[in-house]
Amino acid sequence: MNIEIEEICKDFGTTAALQPVSLSIPAGSLVALLGPSGSGKTTLLRILGGLEFPSAGRVLFDGADATGLTVQERRAGFVFQSYALFRHMSVFDNIAYGLRARPRKTRPAAAEIARRVTRLLDLIKLPDIGGRYPSQLSGGQRQRVALARALAIEPRMLLLDEPFGALDAKVRKELRQGLRDIHDTTGLTTIFVTHDQDEAMELADLIVVMSMGRIEQIGRPAEIRARPASDFVRQFLDL
Amino acid sequence: MAHCVPLAARPRRLRSATTEPRVVKGVLIALCLAVLSVLLFAPLIAVFDEALRRGWAFALASLGEPDAQAAIRLTLSVAALVVPLNAAFGIAAAWAITKFDWRGKAWVITLIDLPFSISPVVAGLLFVLMFGANSAFGAWLVASGFPIVFAVPGIVLATLFITFPFIARELIPVMLEQGRAEEEAALTLGASGSRVFLTVTLPNIRWALLYGVLLCNARAMGEFGAVAVVSGKIRGQTTTMPLMIEMFYNEYLSVAAFTMASVLALLAFVTLVLKSALEWRHADQLAATHRH
Repeated sequence: MNIEIEEICKDFGTTAALQPVSLSIPAGSLVALLGPSGSGKTTLLRILGGLEFPSAGRVLFDGADATGLTVQERRAGFVFQSYALFRHMSVFDNIAYGLRARPRKTRPAAAEIARRVTRLLDLIKLPDIGGRYPSQLSGGQRQRVALARALAIEPRMLLLDEPFGALDAKVRKELRQGLRDIHDTTGLTTIFVTHDQDEAMELADLIVVMSMGRIEQIGRPAEIRARPASDFVRQFLDL
Repeated sequence: MAHCVPLAARPRRLRSATTEPRVVKGVLIALCLAVLSVLLFAPLIAVFDEALRRGWAFALASLGEPDAQAAIRLTLSVAALVVPLNAAFGIAAAWAITKFDWRGKAWVITLIDLPFSISPVVAGLLFVLMFGANSAFGAWLVASGFPIVFAVPGIVLATLFITFPFIARELIPVMLEQGRAEEEAALTLGASGSRVFLTVTLPNIRWALLYGVLLCNARAMGEFGAVAVVSGKIRGQTTTMPLMIEMFYNEYLSVAAFTMASVLALLAFVTLVLKSALEWRHADQLAATHRH
């Protein structure tokens, strides 16, 4: 699904979190929203997911206006910064949550749900942890469960807020590849937020550098490295 | 290593930084037990002892009196009405305060605490002023056959007011700590608002809710001051257990008074045992939800 962002801005009271920004994301790409904290990247991600609504501007999914769609109607697989796993549910129930929440007409049968959950557990390479609780998992395992839970709803896009933020360096490297693999197998348009330029450079097809609620530069990693558009980009990326 | 002093040569036994010497530990525990015995256990035993001074049969007979029966019935039904209502109000208040940002929030938090800071007698008087026969509204209520003051509705209102903070106060810190992320996650997975509440919010707060309900229930059954002002103390009609105890006591019916007091204490005791039993049974689950 391609995503078109037209002149989106967002105010929280008197402070502007996002100046009008426009951005076009081709279907199936892996995009990094890169910037320091307070640059508006998480706000932009939450607007795409339907968790915040823009003060002005439009969002188009595959050319159709999606600005007014509710969070449930967006069908965006969202991975939260601290994963937000349901702590009182087993891993299996966490992943099955979205399927069970569907209206009766479109809800798969219990056996079908079990089959899909098992398949997702295989996809994240943790086939045996269905019965465990989030508190019994390591940080890296939690992140992958959160990813599986987001994928279970057959999302139209995947949105990840600092997906590697709370992990140590070694796990971070492994999971980067894991996300790349999952993106390549599912072909989903994937947008992730990060403040780590290495992560963005290594993983993304397209990088959106943001600062103070504005987009500083959009481009492929190589383009940005070769031709930083502003002093900010040069400094932030250590070029 | 050469520069390391061997263990045997060290002057004292090693002790971790947060452990106290045995003497200090012993003194602290003894002090704590002494205070508990004097302030809690001894009076409780005295109450039961006084109740049974003239034997079980006599004590039980005093409970069989129609007035005593009516008081027990009234107290239980007031609690049965007030606790669910305050559970609903408490959840609504805690939800509004912790999950949304709005103007005047700090003010509402203060307002929730009001029943804690106001003397119960004053609270009772407020209801008499508002709904009593001396106010226009109260007079109309009396004329239309639905009096609030000196009747059961007044007792329910006063108890609602006094016990309002218990559940909300218990829920707010828990819900603040848990934040909104899990609810947001459930929404992005397609769940409706009510489904999010039932499958995510409620299970996460159930322990805090249970504690709040138990505390609220204990206070609802035991409230004296506010209820005393609005009830009018009509025997057999608007006399709750605490009021009945005072009446018996003032009439020198000490066995009846202390027997009723024992029943009230036992009811409180049952809720405590219930709480401990639940904690014990769900210990692993409690631990799982608290870590993470």
